Amino acid sequence: MFINFFFNLKSKGVPVTMHEWITLHQALASNLNDCSLTKFYHIARAVLVKNELYFDKYDMAFLDTFKDVETTDEMLEKILEGLKKVKELHLTEEEKKQIQQLDLDEVLRNFEEQLRQGHYKNHVGGNKAIGTGGRSTQGAWGYNPAGIRIGQGESRHRSAVQIAEKRSFRNYSSSITLDTRQMKVALSHLRSLLPIGQGERLDVEQTIDATCKNAGEIEFVWENKEKKSSKVLLLMDVGGSMTPYSALVERLFSAASSQISKFRHFYFHNCLYQDLWTDMERNESASTLDLLKSEDPDYKVLIVGDAEMAPSELTWKNGSVDYWYYNDTPGIVWLQRLRDKFKDIIWMNPLPRRSWNYVQSIMMIHQLFPMFELTLDGLDEGVRYLMKGRKDHLNS
Amino acid sequence: MNYFKGTDDYVISPDLRDNVNVAIALGRPLLVKGEPGTGKTLLAHSIAKGLGKKINIWNVKSTTKAREGLYVYDTVQRLNDARFGDNDISDIKQYIKLGKLGESFSADEQVVLLIDEIDKAEIEFPNDLLNELDEMSFYIPETGETIKAMQRPIVIITSNSEKELPDPFLRRCVFHFIDFPGTDLMEEIVKVHYPDIEKKLLREALKKFYWIREFDMLRKKPSTSELIDWLQALTVGGISHKKIEEEIPFIGTLLKKKEDIDLVEKSGKSHYAYNTSTRTRDVY
Repeated sequence: MFINFFFNLKSKGVPVTMHEWITLHQALASNLNDCSLTKFYHIARAVLVKNELYFDKYDMAFLDTFKDVETTDEMLEKILEGLKKVKELHLTEEEKKQIQQLDLDEVLRNFEEQLRQGHYKNHVGGNKAIGTGGRSTQGAWGYNPAGIRIGQGESRHRSAVQIAEKRSFRNYSSSITLDTRQMKVALSHLRSLLPIGQGERLDVEQTIDATCKNAGEIEFVWENKEKKSSKVLLLMDVGGSMTPYSALVERLFSAASSQISKFRHFYFHNCLYQDLWTDMERNESASTLDLLKSEDPDYKVLIVGDAEMAPSELTWKNGSVDYWYYNDTPGIVWLQRLRDKFKDIIWMNPLPRRSWNYVQSIMMIHQLFPMFELTLDGLDEGVRYLMKGRKDHLNS
Repeated sequence: MNYFKGTDDYVISPDLRDNVNVAIALGRPLLVKGEPGTGKTLLAHSIAKGLGKKINIWNVKSTTKAREGLYVYDTVQRLNDARFGDNDISDIKQYIKLGKLGESFSADEQVVLLIDEIDKAEIEFPNDLLNELDEMSFYIPETGETIKAMQRPIVIITSNSEKELPDPFLRRCVFHFIDFPGTDLMEEIVKVHYPDIEKKLLREALKKFYWIREFDMLRKKPSTSELIDWLQALTVGGISHKKIEEEIPFIGTLLKKKEDIDLVEKSGKSHYAYNTSTRTRDVY
């Protein structure tokens, strides 16, 4: 039954490995959990789960496995008061055998009977009633393999399941809470996966040269290796239907700029055309064509927008939602050009994935770009996609 | 056997205490993660104090290499000495300087080793330490020496989760996430720092503090250390608890960004309107 916990964790999506599972057994074997389910809950979590994002899934797996574990609670606490003293019992082989023959059902029946008769007060030794160090089938530290173990610490068995039931870590795993910090972690994948050269190194050949010229006086030459770092281009939809998300988007900016050394960002409204805006109020602009021409194709490009617009904004000349703006090339062509130029490009959408298939324009854009939800999981997934390069189009 | 019970100057939750003891008993590093200012670093100090052991601190920076923790071979010094003939350069040992990890291994007594902010270093850093932390030994090829821990040090590793740590490394750790303390625990923590603080003032201040933390749009949420600073400012400034009810004096000690201060000051009694997550739109 216990192994079920392992498979429950796996099926809930917690990445547990055999290595950790065996470590947990080590901990249990040395009784570090003190026979308490609450302590077991914490210890197992510490050993098995290495990221707070999985705590909620752990809670669910724990509930699944242990919610039906029978624990006798308040009664036991009364009993425990009488079980403070510990005496170990030495038994002969014959006695051990006798005890092993008792079966669990009988023991349980006996236990309940004892409880009813109120035999639980301050009883040490003896063969029948509850007590410590005895041969009886109940009580702590006794010798009986079929005996009922009554908790040797505080009896808080039930509360472990209650803790799990509370699922207080739900927020860490839920997908919409995106604060700057979590964004940073997700975005830092961009930085961390690139090879970064060493800062300072002794240039041996140059050193030998310089030393020779210096008539044997040692002269060190250090070389500075240039740091390779990721280049990121961020394009964001502002205004209109994106207004509710502008704060979220702004937060993404503040997180992004500190993570990546070469970072460019532009804004657009609904769809991008020949101009990209360099400020949120859309006063200053830069030419899209220039950007496409001048920049290297190895930029990682993130487009953030809800992709929710009238199809005409994508397909028509002069389709722009702003009446004062004329575009002689339809938006979808600009998007295609962008995609052809930059190999690693993704579209982040703050709308939930389930709604994508109901909006014409989202479907059209989804056909062009791999699209991810603007949530922590989605961002993670997207960034990983950017680093790996192309892969199969996700459930399009 | 070592059993850590906690110390007077550090408020510890029972589950963290259990996890510390599990890590000690299993001889594995304890990885502590949590928001800044939840007392991750102090934990190691408290363990060292509680168990009466020496503490070795290895502060990790973005340029730190795993090897530096083991030992550094000062080749430049040796080259220089060779030139001037100052020292006996055939004795390589004098140019080998043990790092923090090496020191902890070679110590006669068991020590507490704190590897602080491991996530600051490059992604490969933890991976380079896998074997050393597993076996608690390493080999110095220059001298042919093997440094092996006589007493496995108690290793505490802290992370601010700026970077994800590699899986093989995580597998070998015991993990604890310090959740942000709730009101009750926070009261205890404050009392450790200011035993004589006025009850009413503390209660009002905490109310405001948690109220501010509920803004999910803050760029930097105030943490425990900021609360402690703020409380000191309040007591020194002689602010009465009634005044805290009306406004937030010395807000600069709690919030460090202009935008955050604006946000809190603009909002009324409820911050509903300023939370994005509660307004997430469901279109269809």
